[in-house]
Amino acid sequence: MNLTIDVEHNGAEKIVSLSGEIDAYTAPKLKETLLPLTQESEATVIVDLQQITYMDSTGLGVFISALKSTKEYNNTLKLVNLQDRVYRLFKITGLTEIIAIETDSTVRGGM
Amino acid sequence: MSETFDFIEVKVPAKPEYVGVVRLSTSGIANRMGFAYDDIEDLKVAISEAITNAVKHAYNETGEGEITIGFGVYENRIEVMVADHGGSFDLKKVKEDIGPYQEEDSVEDLREGGFGLFLIDALMDKVEINNKYGVIVLMTKYLHENEVGLNGDQISTTQ
Repeated sequence: MNLTIDVEHNGAEKIVSLSGEIDAYTAPKLKETLLPLTQESEATVIVDLQQITYMDSTGLGVFISALKSTKEYNNTLKLVNLQDRVYRLFKITGLTEIIAIETDSTVRGGM
Repeated sequence: MSETFDFIEVKVPAKPEYVGVVRLSTSGIANRMGFAYDDIEDLKVAISEAITNAVKHAYNETGEGEITIGFGVYENRIEVMVADHGGSFDLKKVKEDIGPYQEEDSVEDLREGGFGLFLIDALMDKVEINNKYGVIVLMTKYLHENEVGLNGDQISTTQ
């Protein structure tokens, strides 16, 4: 299983749509794409994780570096449309306290 | 009375591209045992974390080597062993480093790779780490449904 990354530049908004699995193999590729976006001037980086079917701590690591980098460049980072399983990892590790996360209310509400 | 179990062993090169392969094997074995969906997902994350650690460890040493994964399939639980054969690491230091994010921690202090062992501990029922010869992580997860099933399966002979 692989990871597909699509980036859409919508003015200051950078929408990163992910699909597949984030693990030790695919995380480096995600980091390479995500970090430069967080360093652009006045950027709001929105990462859509709706199609992410698996993620582990390597993914958490990438989003922690992205958060550090956005703060350093005074930008904004937001994660949206997380599936329950993926959201749970952020919750267990306490990262929901520091990373802006919007869950997919339609999916979560339907469970 | 000795307990019977099936044992499955998988050996993969210590490279990140094989973490997903073992994850699929794990999913297949746990599914066959009758684990619930959420428990299978927990197992997949915990085992991937252990293998990711072993891969990083192997890369630090020589950049090659292999990882052995053993699955003990019991009536009421799965025991998974993940072993690399590199040198040992400082277990005490690793244990001190694990834990969730606390409010007083600053974002700058967050370790990007600090959540692996914490997640293994959170998602499995029992975790043991041995680092005498390489590093061996032994993880156990109980099949809760089965306990209920065993009791439910008792057939009453009284009429």
